[in-house]
Amino acid sequence: MKVSNGKLSVSKKPAFTVGSNAPFLWGMGVIAGSYILLIILLVVADLCRADVNYMMNMVFGDSPRSEEIRYAIMLSLLSCTVSAVLSVIVAVPIGYIMSRFQFRGKTVLDTVLDIPIVLPPLVVGVSLLILFNYWPFEFISRWVVLEVPAVIIAQFMVACAFAVRTMRVTFDQIPQRYEAVAMTLGCNRSSAFWRVIMPQAKRGMLAALTLAWARSLGEFGPILVFAGSTRMRTEVLPTSVYLEMQAGNLDGMLSVSLLMIVTAVIVLIVARLLGVSREHII
Amino acid sequence: MIRLQDLSIQQGDFALSGITASIESGAYAVIMGRSGCGKTTILEAICGLRPIQSGSITIDERDVTGLPPGERLVGYVPQDRALFPSLSVREQLAFALVIRKVENSLIAKRVDELAEMLTISHLLDRYPEGLSGGEAQRIALGRALAMSPSVLCLDEPLSALDEELHEEMCALLSAVHKETGVTVVHITHSRQEANRLATQRFSMVKGCLTLDE
Repeated sequence: MKVSNGKLSVSKKPAFTVGSNAPFLWGMGVIAGSYILLIILLVVADLCRADVNYMMNMVFGDSPRSEEIRYAIMLSLLSCTVSAVLSVIVAVPIGYIMSRFQFRGKTVLDTVLDIPIVLPPLVVGVSLLILFNYWPFEFISRWVVLEVPAVIIAQFMVACAFAVRTMRVTFDQIPQRYEAVAMTLGCNRSSAFWRVIMPQAKRGMLAALTLAWARSLGEFGPILVFAGSTRMRTEVLPTSVYLEMQAGNLDGMLSVSLLMIVTAVIVLIVARLLGVSREHII
Repeated sequence: MIRLQDLSIQQGDFALSGITASIESGAYAVIMGRSGCGKTTILEAICGLRPIQSGSITIDERDVTGLPPGERLVGYVPQDRALFPSLSVREQLAFALVIRKVENSLIAKRVDELAEMLTISHLLDRYPEGLSGGEAQRIALGRALAMSPSVLCLDEPLSALDEELHEEMCALLSAVHKETGVTVVHITHSRQEANRLATQRFSMVKGCLTLDE
């Protein structure tokens, strides 16, 4: 640069520009768009092929299979609710401890809590089956393995791991300052938790409940191995899809799948209406 | 009277040692020092929110060193006030008394008393969301004073307020101190505040707490 007549003049070099944002945004857009399109196409394909009459007949008809489907729907709804509630009850203390306390071996504990998420679902089922051969579980295995409790346990094992993550994030977002102030006002940890922290964790708990419920609905591998696929006993909706597939009945598979899509959408809408925000669902 | 005797406080990489000081009963003690010098650490130790490695803390001839925060009768107003989001202003003021299972009629009386002293009676049924800085400060003060503590710890109470509110709040703190006779420990980095409010001034320099004569 030179100074002349009191003004700075830039010597002849091409002017610097930051470059266009277009290629970057287009690239992101194409990648995102492709995946979103694929999701939409999946659902649309199902809807195109769907035969609503067949589905209604399957669910509300008089045939033995319809009775089995109705049982599967009822068992799915019940077992998902039980395992979701259990998951939240267990996830709250674990999430709180992991959020508030520092201790040796915390990283190890963190890893252990991620195991049910990382393990292939079938392996969770196999492991449960093997566990119930050992003491003290073997004493109750007659009432659990290949029975309804096994469905709930299998769903709970995986759903809870997700609920724990959600609750940990929830408690991480509540500053420890609140407990500190509550303690100076006369609370011990317990009353500080119930009076000050829990009311603020309500949204997170609802998110954890929703997530655990949705996860439980979709669980198949562990249930197949640990609870079996017995009609009118341990058949849940994902199992129904499997059984229809075994029978070579594509329409049946699709009908049950649509049932599950509808249920999942209802759960999501209810969750949104209750104010569960995206940040709470990992 | 607050007596700190040879305190050693460790927090991660940070360590203070040999902290010794006496704060007179009913004094308005201001601890001054730069950010990060350890003033908040000492305040938290007095409240019982920070474990100490060695030394002792005595409040009104009572050794509180091993006591949990709730048994020390120390009111605490943190820098960000930390009003409980899910409780109304009335419930916040009543909080310490509800925990101590005080009779409802006495609680109501005390809450009205505090609200009047701090001019927040019109806010009693509101929730913390949407309240101004000045209002939140008053509520936090009321909450800490409800149980008639012997010590009131204020962590930079005026730093988040604009100039107009500053003088108003200084006047309020002064009035509250006179009316209740509580021993105040107020930490700040502002010399102006110290000049305005302090009856005892301490400086925190290089990990050493000294009384300014």
